[in-house]
Amino acid sequence: MLDKSDDNRREGGAVAQIKPNMAVKSSPQKNDADGSRSFELKAASFTLPIIRLVDNNVEAVAARLGKKVEKAPDFFRNTPVVIDLSELEESGSGGADLPLLVGLLRGYGMIPFGVRGGSKAQNAAAEALELAVLRESYVKRDRPKEDEPAEAEPRIEAGVSAESTSARRSAGGEDQARRSKPGFLLITKPVRSGQRVYAAGGDLSITAAVSSGAELMADGNIHVYGPLRGRALAGMSGNLEARIFCQDLQAELVSIAGHYRVSENIPTEMRGVPVQIFLDQKVLRIEKL
Amino acid sequence: MARIIVITSGKGGVGKTTTSAALAMGLAQRGKRTVVIDFDVGLRNLDLIMGCERRVVYDFINVINGEANLNQALIRDKRCDHLYVLPASQTRDKDALTKEGVERVLTQLSEDYDFVVCDSPAGIEHGANMAMYFADDAVVVTNPEVSSVRDSDRMLGILSSRSRRAENGDEPIREYLLLTRYDPQRVANGEMLSVDDVQEILSLHLLGVVPESKAVLNASNAGVPVILDRESDAGQAYNDMVSRYLGEDVPHRFLNPEKKGFLSRLFKG
Repeated sequence: MLDKSDDNRREGGAVAQIKPNMAVKSSPQKNDADGSRSFELKAASFTLPIIRLVDNNVEAVAARLGKKVEKAPDFFRNTPVVIDLSELEESGSGGADLPLLVGLLRGYGMIPFGVRGGSKAQNAAAEALELAVLRESYVKRDRPKEDEPAEAEPRIEAGVSAESTSARRSAGGEDQARRSKPGFLLITKPVRSGQRVYAAGGDLSITAAVSSGAELMADGNIHVYGPLRGRALAGMSGNLEARIFCQDLQAELVSIAGHYRVSENIPTEMRGVPVQIFLDQKVLRIEKL
Repeated sequence: MARIIVITSGKGGVGKTTTSAALAMGLAQRGKRTVVIDFDVGLRNLDLIMGCERRVVYDFINVINGEANLNQALIRDKRCDHLYVLPASQTRDKDALTKEGVERVLTQLSEDYDFVVCDSPAGIEHGANMAMYFADDAVVVTNPEVSSVRDSDRMLGILSSRSRRAENGDEPIREYLLLTRYDPQRVANGEMLSVDDVQEILSLHLLGVVPESKAVLNASNAGVPVILDRESDAGQAYNDMVSRYLGEDVPHRFLNPEKKGFLSRLFKG
């Protein structure tokens, strides 16, 4: 449904950037003893794409990845990635050909810099390739479950896995697609025609107008405190409980978990008034507030 | 350091070049050293509107490619000493505009001038992107009709995300709205979007409303920026716009239909 956007060809951009996750965990270690301050030791969290291998066949991976990269070359260029080996372990297929895979990723312009979820042998192989072995305490595999309330606490872990599944989606659109830290996203400026906003793993709140031709997406609810003239898609990851709330409904399309209604099918008496939109037995309902 | 102003719209034919010429001339008349650049490579028009088409030797692309230096390409306006025109190339296409080249030219101009006005081509492709990328201010020229408003809205989105200021996380581009080809009578008849209708969608700082006027076409034909036509409503509206841009508080004019005289009302019924 999202691929209807006229700008399909334009890929990636801002989406691909790693965003420092504000949280600084330790205070700077000031090296005051000898009076020098040549460096500070800090901790920061980053949201990164991960490549989760489910197949040991590097050639199959290469073929699939090639297609993806072709679609969104900018998205992958110079993008640091983490290789997730946990699925491989589970399926019992032993050592992935790590050197080959790393070469492949580099060939596509990505910067593989670490692995996670690998067996001892895999970790050793990774270390031999000078890749970091990321411990589970730093990056935990935790795909947001569909029946789980979407407003998962803003955890870094959710961010990492959400990135791998959702980045592709927003990469399909405009380069001004804005990605969020997991949890929620607040936009205070007008969302203009052609812009896309995606709140991964949570709610999206907008305190300004949403122009026709703009696209709002959220895994959770969408709140618009202003005229909603564009498209609004809540419950993107399949959450049937997600709702859309807006003060002034003039939308081109509203959708919850894939159940949508276009402008033409929105009753006139619901237009221009505050409404909520939700799923009732998988039927999209619009109700005055 | 010069302030770089882009005149943009997304849609074609709304009055970008007319506005660029008027703004540049207005600034120069107020003693600001100003240069106006035509970014519409391949569809050069600004030189006609400015009336300097017979004095073009080198152009913007020659300067970018190092085939001429800036001073060779800049054309001094005969009516105003502070105004220079940098024409576009008619024989090349937009791809000749390289980001590095444009940046180099703009940086060089910034040292010597107060204002650099960039006349953007229509569309949201490379040429328009190059015109707006380095801008400090943007004047979004819009006609009071739905397609133009939507295109302006799209352009505003691009300004806030794809400019140098946006990419560097600097203070965002200052955005201004200029409504052109406004016909108060048709607005009163409900045939045209009003200023308020447009503002409801775009909500921008309104720099001016230029009424639909025969003076604009006459001025273009004569190669005289319409702002020099002090008699005309469009010329006056553009003058107000320049004053507002420079921070003066000038009330908006030409928003209401002209009151017809008693006799014309009597005879028209």
